[in-house]
Amino acid sequence: MKNTYWKKNICYISILLSLWFIVSFGCGILFVEQLNTIQIGGFKLGFWFAQQGSIFGFVVIIFTYIYLMNKLDQTQNN
Amino acid sequence: MELQYWIWIAVGLSFSLYIGIAIWSRAGSTKEFYVAGGGVHPIANGMATAADWMSAASFISMAGIISFGGYDGSVYLMGWTGGYVLLALLLAPYLRKFGKFTVPDFIGDRYYSNTARSVAVFCALIVSFTYIAGQMRGVGVVFSRYLEVDIVTGVLIGMGIVLFYAVLGGMKGITYTQVAQYCVLIFAFMVPAIYISFLVTGNVIPQLGFGSSGADGVYLLDKLDGLHRELGFHEYTSGSKSMLDVFCITMALMVGTAGLPHVIVRFFTVKKVSDARKSAGWALLFIAILYTTAPAIAVFSRTNLIETVSNQPYEEMPEWFDKWETTGLLGFTDKNEDGLIQYTADTTTNELTVDADIMVLANPEIAQLPNWVIALLAAGALAAALSTAAGLLLVISSAVSHDLLKKMVMPNISEKGELIAARIAATGAVCLAGYFGINPPGFVAATVALAFGLAASSFFPAILLGIFSKRINKEGAISGMLVGVTLMLFYMVKFKFGWFGGGTKADWWFGISPEGFGSIAMIANFVVTLIISSRTPAPSKDIQDLVENIRKP
Repeated sequence: MKNTYWKKNICYISILLSLWFIVSFGCGILFVEQLNTIQIGGFKLGFWFAQQGSIFGFVVIIFTYIYLMNKLDQTQNN
Repeated sequence: MELQYWIWIAVGLSFSLYIGIAIWSRAGSTKEFYVAGGGVHPIANGMATAADWMSAASFISMAGIISFGGYDGSVYLMGWTGGYVLLALLLAPYLRKFGKFTVPDFIGDRYYSNTARSVAVFCALIVSFTYIAGQMRGVGVVFSRYLEVDIVTGVLIGMGIVLFYAVLGGMKGITYTQVAQYCVLIFAFMVPAIYISFLVTGNVIPQLGFGSSGADGVYLLDKLDGLHRELGFHEYTSGSKSMLDVFCITMALMVGTAGLPHVIVRFFTVKKVSDARKSAGWALLFIAILYTTAPAIAVFSRTNLIETVSNQPYEEMPEWFDKWETTGLLGFTDKNEDGLIQYTADTTTNELTVDADIMVLANPEIAQLPNWVIALLAAGALAAALSTAAGLLLVISSAVSHDLLKKMVMPNISEKGELIAARIAATGAVCLAGYFGINPPGFVAATVALAFGLAASSFFPAILLGIFSKRINKEGAISGMLVGVTLMLFYMVKFKFGWFGGGTKADWWFGISPEGFGSIAMIANFVVTLIISSRTPAPSKDIQDLVENIRKP
């Protein structure tokens, strides 16, 4: 039981950290040139990710983790 | 009403608020002094963390730095926010579960060794001192600029206030003043931003405003790129740094954020493990409000500046231009004597020097906002500097009274004795920080960014592996921390201070700047820790049980 808890936790962490990497290092740095060819409103997409999108992404990632872990904790208590 | 009066009112009111909170929340035990009794609400803790985190540099300088760097400034935006993801997912909940008072506590217990504890204390002290000197300096500068007192008096007033609530209330006092300071600073930052956004683009949300178009129908960012090309700067939305360097700096800042002791210790103050996760989320949300607004301010003020000054006659400059010229933040030398201001990337023909700080400080005047907004800005900048200074102060005092004294030198010290020691250490630290604020050593400005490299290369791997691996032992962790921190210090003094033969940009290893080198030193720390641990005996059953235990919710 305890082991499945830890395994699930590691699984959530891996997925969410990949997203963390993609929104910041991926979209904001490594592929910024390619994304900059796309323009939405006044923003070049790569530039937007680097200065805005990544930060919004981080907030969403943390609150997703909070939600998932609170659910996992509950199953643990039952 | 006169601007001076407004500023005295804003600063006076906010300071009395902090003092009032300090008296209300005196600390009676070491637990209250170190971790506020461990019962802070996650949202309150999120606000306190945000205020703790956002320093004078975030409040005053960051928007200006982005304004001049354009895309290059993104390293700070991503780097100083992304670390919270690492904190929430990898560190905070487990450190809360571990349930002690300080970061060296964890390192010392998990690696069952006072050598490890000493190395951690040493790293915590270096990181915190480089950081706090800059904050006290910031307090002095704000006072001298707005209240027309000299820097020394400004630093002394700041020291007095911090001393009062940090020594009296410890973490408890600091936490609740930081909640108030967050409210002051975010209000002070947002009011001018919203106003300017509305003025320039007609959109009241700055985050959307800077992607909109101005009165002439051209997108603001496109216009700025065009202006930059004309004047010979690199395009605003594309950078001048190499991709590898941007990558490494961002990584070092993120990991460094997650490894900074004054940030980590905030998560010891909440009631339970799930609250530690929650408060990391709230903290980032509160930080994101300022961090997503800063790049918008950067764009508005950059466009505003270029359009106001470029190729315009010096004689016709608005009033704020003269005012900031006298402070030395703006400078004009008419090199070709045509009476016009040439602002270009080429240093031989450029006639205008602009300090990055002006972008936030002069904003209300450039946008012709009422005096009370300027007063608010002064109170906000002070709140940002004081809250960060107080958080760092606590790390320093607990490192001395708890980690050194209680855990190593005098294990039999009574609770009361330890509390007195903590207060004396806090007082000593304030005086030392004040001294450096008044006589700043030349390296302060250069090393604040590097404090992140140091935190990344020392604490982060040791804490992370301590939680996620049971196999890592003290031999591995100690040698890893020492290698990481030594490598980082070496690279820093070599390229920043010119020791060990010095070197220029061309000599950087793999083209990575000292600011980004923390990433490499961190990898070295990981590699050394893993190799040495695999060749030395595994930790005892007790330690493995400890690790097992902190993983349970």
